[in-house]
Amino acid sequence: MVSGLTVSERQWSMAILVIVAFVGLAMAAAGANRADPMQAHGFIVLLFSLAVFCFVLRDYYQPEPAAARLASYYDDPSKAGIVVAMLWAVFGMFIGDWVAWLLAFPDLTFDAAWSSFGRLRPAHTTGVIFGFGGNALIATSFHVMQRTSRARLPDQFSPWFVLVGYNLFCLLAISGYFLGITQSKEYAEPEWYADIWLVIVWVVYLVLYLRTLARRKEPHIYVANWYYLAFILVVAILHVVNNLAVPASFAGAKSYSLFSGVQDAMTQWWYGHNAVAFFLTAGFLGMLYYYLPKRAGRPIYSYRMSIIGFWGITFFYMWAGSHHLHYTALPQWVQTLGMTFSVMLLVPSWIAAANALLTLNGAWDKVRDDATLRFMMMAAVFYGLSTFEGSFMAIRSVNALSHYTDWTIGHVHAGAMGWVALITFGSIYAVVPWLWKRERMYSPVLVEVHFWLALAGTLIYVFAMWNSGIIQGLMWRTYNDSGTLTYSFLDTMVAMHPYYVARAIGGLLFLLGAIVGCYNIWMTIRRPSELPAASGDIPLPVNLQPAE
Amino acid sequence: MFGTHYRIERKSIALAVTIMIVASIGGLIEIAPLFTIDDTVESDPSMRVYTPLELAGRNIYMREGCYACHSQMVRTLQDEVERYGPYSLAVESKYDHPMLWGSKRTGPDLARLGGKYSDQWHTAHLKNPRDVVPQSIMPRYKWLSESQLQTKHLGDDLRALRAVGVPYTDAMIENASDDAVAQASPDDDTAGLTKRYGDATQIRSFDGDKATVSEMDALVAYLQILGKLSDAAHQPPPPKE
Repeated sequence: MVSGLTVSERQWSMAILVIVAFVGLAMAAAGANRADPMQAHGFIVLLFSLAVFCFVLRDYYQPEPAAARLASYYDDPSKAGIVVAMLWAVFGMFIGDWVAWLLAFPDLTFDAAWSSFGRLRPAHTTGVIFGFGGNALIATSFHVMQRTSRARLPDQFSPWFVLVGYNLFCLLAISGYFLGITQSKEYAEPEWYADIWLVIVWVVYLVLYLRTLARRKEPHIYVANWYYLAFILVVAILHVVNNLAVPASFAGAKSYSLFSGVQDAMTQWWYGHNAVAFFLTAGFLGMLYYYLPKRAGRPIYSYRMSIIGFWGITFFYMWAGSHHLHYTALPQWVQTLGMTFSVMLLVPSWIAAANALLTLNGAWDKVRDDATLRFMMMAAVFYGLSTFEGSFMAIRSVNALSHYTDWTIGHVHAGAMGWVALITFGSIYAVVPWLWKRERMYSPVLVEVHFWLALAGTLIYVFAMWNSGIIQGLMWRTYNDSGTLTYSFLDTMVAMHPYYVARAIGGLLFLLGAIVGCYNIWMTIRRPSELPAASGDIPLPVNLQPAE
Repeated sequence: MFGTHYRIERKSIALAVTIMIVASIGGLIEIAPLFTIDDTVESDPSMRVYTPLELAGRNIYMREGCYACHSQMVRTLQDEVERYGPYSLAVESKYDHPMLWGSKRTGPDLARLGGKYSDQWHTAHLKNPRDVVPQSIMPRYKWLSESQLQTKHLGDDLRALRAVGVPYTDAMIENASDDAVAQASPDDDTAGLTKRYGDATQIRSFDGDKATVSEMDALVAYLQILGKLSDAAHQPPPPKE
């Protein structure tokens, strides 16, 4: 991988890594001075950058790559990103299933601070959302933007900076929770220095994306890129605003958020819901809009539906966050706006889902035979189902029952497992043979096994949480004949036990599927190359003008 | 409409700028007025701030991820008011940077927890919840009594909170470390602490061990103050003018 870099790109990498190593050293020293947990993070930054430095140094004196490299797409960062995404998937899902078992059997853990539920739970959410989802998005976006622009990445250094820097952020985030470093804002837990680092990485990502688009040989920017671009831009806005904070000291990890109380709650759920919208939806719709039509061999059903779906999602989603705060101290006018836009959001969501499913018209025989395409089809179905459920749960009177219960957890996982993970697995199974130039995955049977494990796991999980959520919500509000509450909180919690066991089994099946996927991908990579590059999978020459 | 789009989708910067504008509208309209409309947060002149010990306890609550299973927000629904107490007002979390309203009740709501159980109950419950509530699924936090509370830099925390709007005085910031120790040491001189934070400040050894100030002291001090910073929620609503 390093041998693919030019000498000046290798020097850039090493220079940046030395700077980062010094920042790590400074953090470690400052933290040690205050006996602050930032000390540990300083050492993590230091060791991480030294390890990558050694990796670069090992191949530093390799000959420079030939100029012929410019005649093909640059896919090394995509390959690395996909492998890393699968490793994060197994890690995040393992922690997820562990905490699921903890809710049924609370003593199934070590007697140590790092392994208590409250610290493991954000490690699960960050591991799957940012580790698995984020790396898959970065890896596929590099792949998709080059193909849809018919242009090579503008340089070979910045994609590596984005990928490696992003994983340093993930590492700081998750190790932070184990160490007790957290802002406690859900899905925005990392502390101020990790947040600043992510901003730097993200700006490089945006610039890289725009530079690639600027080099494109296609006059039109393809739909997948609209979604990836919205993902990059809006996540930047959300991340910056929601993480505004004042550190107690620049030598310590702790910070205090700029906003408090009701304003903080609204900002947090504006962020939280749109992390779902622009991280977990827009980015993955970008994946869907490229890999589904490619795999099905059919063009996207409707250009106009793509436009309406995209702008509807971009506009409506940003209003929906306040439905997380129904009946709270948030002023009612904001709650009503949030509910209204959440219901309207169903229209563009279903347009996007329908556009995906109608694209499969004429290719349903492939859906039957090809588990990879079936992953993507099932993802679109779950996308449609969970967006319907989301709009429904945003209605105030429904939310009165569902909020604070496992119904929310079930809804999130219908989206996260059924939509996000299935489209990602489908896209990865499609792209791995293309990237490594193999005829097909090592074992189509194992793809099939993974599909059924994932689908069964998701269904068991979601049904368990529907049951527990609705039962608990109803028990909380049950009155007896004398007009007092029938059930103590404890009664309602004890009633959850069988569903918690079922949920943990569903999660286990899903995790097993991901492990089978890892094995299959590993064996595909290891198998010697059989195919030359697919004809036409090359960028157009640089000096070619866009066709009008 | 589709003609306009046909042009926008050929210009990457135009597309990027349009996305930013379209995506910003919702947040601007829903969030910005919350800072300017006076009705958003009720006023309570008698509201008090967290003492350094309670603040340290709150930071432990956040560090251990308690908010993942416990909300601090009683909704305006009859069964919640009957189960937990008066519904929560915005003013009650006015000094909460960040707020801890929560999103899930794997365990019960804690907005009105203060004074509901004894310190001994809390300490025993945190050490092993199943000693007190056999069916509980809460984790054990027995190391909290064993780890000494770091109080040295609490002044920095108060200073940061003042920067974001909490009315801590210079004296409070200066004495933060001493005040944290004093609140859990009833036999020491606590006059300064009550002068700065009011007579209602709860001063006692929360974990039952007077010799040291542990993280358990801080966390229990925080749990015992939940819902007690302001009386606003217990007052009848002001008559409509």
